[in-house]
Amino acid sequence: MKIRLDEVVKTFDTFRAVHGVSLDIESGELVALLGPSGSGKTTILRMVAGLEYADGGRILFGEQDATDIPVRDRGVGFVFQHYALFPHMTVAENIGFGMKVSKVRRTKAEVAGRVADLLRLVKLEGLGDRFPTQISGGQRQRVALARALAVDPKVLLLDEPFGALDANVRRDLRRWLREIHDELGITTLFVTHDQEEALDLADRVVILNEGKIVQQGTPEEVCRAPATAFVMKFLGDTNRLRATVKDGIASLDGLTLDAAGCPDGPADIYLRPGDLEWTSEGDGVAATVSRVIDRPDGRRLSVRTGSGETAELDVPPETVVAAGDRGVLRVVRMRVFAA
Amino acid sequence: MTRRRVLPGLPLSLGITLFYVGLIVVLPLGALVFHAASLGPEDYWRVVSSARAVASYRVTVLSALAATAFNLVFGLALAWVLVRYQFPGKRLVDAIVDLPFALPTAVAGIALTALFAPNGWFGSVLAETGVKVAYTPLGIMIAMSFTSLPFIVRTVQPVLEDLDPTLEEAAQTLGGSDRSIFLRVILPLLMPALLAGLSLSFARSLGEFGAVIFIAGNQPMSTEITALLTFIRLEEYDYQAAAAIASVLLITAFVMLAFTNLLQARALRHTARS
Repeated sequence: MKIRLDEVVKTFDTFRAVHGVSLDIESGELVALLGPSGSGKTTILRMVAGLEYADGGRILFGEQDATDIPVRDRGVGFVFQHYALFPHMTVAENIGFGMKVSKVRRTKAEVAGRVADLLRLVKLEGLGDRFPTQISGGQRQRVALARALAVDPKVLLLDEPFGALDANVRRDLRRWLREIHDELGITTLFVTHDQEEALDLADRVVILNEGKIVQQGTPEEVCRAPATAFVMKFLGDTNRLRATVKDGIASLDGLTLDAAGCPDGPADIYLRPGDLEWTSEGDGVAATVSRVIDRPDGRRLSVRTGSGETAELDVPPETVVAAGDRGVLRVVRMRVFAA
Repeated sequence: MTRRRVLPGLPLSLGITLFYVGLIVVLPLGALVFHAASLGPEDYWRVVSSARAVASYRVTVLSALAATAFNLVFGLALAWVLVRYQFPGKRLVDAIVDLPFALPTAVAGIALTALFAPNGWFGSVLAETGVKVAYTPLGIMIAMSFTSLPFIVRTVQPVLEDLDPTLEEAAQTLGGSDRSIFLRVILPLLMPALLAGLSLSFARSLGEFGAVIFIAGNQPMSTEITALLTFIRLEEYDYQAAAAIASVLLITAFVMLAFTNLLQARALRHTARS
């Protein structure tokens, strides 16, 4: 099912949570809504579900205007951050709930068969008789997904689905959700504030800030060509160095860099820790190492430039370097945004 | 080596509380049972199964059941309104709920009698439709439900406040109607609290004395409650008969509390960890 948001607006009391957001989600696509807290991502998801009504604009499911369809008739599957499993029901009863309250009559055997299928899909065979308090967090979230899938939703919506889980479980569940999505081909929209999760899982990432979409595209597009300094900063570790731009050339501590398209005046140069190299001499920005942080996959240097700005960069694990060493930062790649 | 405890003072606090419970709860009850038992089985049975006593059990238990059933519906609705809606005067209503606890029950009884007497505000209107409240079992029921209403509201209210709103949202996204969400999700989660409130309300109604005797009319065989019959026997200096009749109330309350505890354990079985 294709979903279209058309100039959707939502205001809470005096606070405008969502400003005219338009978004198209193709049938079968897996899309991440990524943004910091307060960016309106959860509000957008809840409006698609029908748990909030939009104050303006339209939400279309396929060709049908779903803006005013109440949540229970909208045919969405929703997975909550804290699972929202019914504590007084067993795992099997939780999964069967949607079928039991549905207007479509099913026999007990039909419901039991479907529940067994779903338990197999989420790899929880044999746990049907447990209560939610008797299983782990990762298992609870899989039950929540099975429960949402039981009603054959047109769209699957997940609100920070892995936010309450620890890092290892989160990574496993992410891969597993991707597999289930590929198997079922159901249009899926999920909300996260974790850029790694969004990039790992989604076909397309929609980045939000202050109730507006700031950029959307494939993980490759948003990583390689961030549209604004906000996107650049939000997607990962960044260093910011101040520079001035004149006639498309940025100058930084005597170094000149190509800044085509950037207006004249003060500008910020953004670099990822991997965008810098450490050499003892040559073209670049002179710097002193202030700290070395050892990590399993390399060493991270914290350095101070001649003009007093700090930066961090990653070097291979065998690099011989210590705090106090002087050297040169070579710029491999960078992005310039007007300050 | 003795096991070290994290919190100090267990022997002391345990000792004091057990002594206190023994002194103010177990000792009087023990004396009651002792007095009743001193009658001997035949006399005991004769006293507790006399026609007047049996009639008093019937009116007491039936009125208490009716009052509890009324409070179940009205108390649940009141708790719901107080938790789920904002309206002017909400805090005042919330405070008024506790009034039956604070008011001397005799005052409540006199006030209710004045209202429901045939020449009272409510009574005169009801009399035109042929309904008599004062000096009938209906009056007993009203007095009982008045004094026991706070139990249900105050046990259900905190549980309702803590109910996770995402449970209802989840049920909605799964297609549940308001009715099925209430019956299948909310009510089962409120059940342990409701049972606790019901048993307290019923136990209080069984033993209610002050509020009831003013409105009941106290006619033997029809509107005489068991607690009053006990009191009458006491006034006649027939302590053993009084204790025997009171022991029936005691046993009824005890059995009922044990039964609701069992139901509660069943309703809470999902909280047990494996």
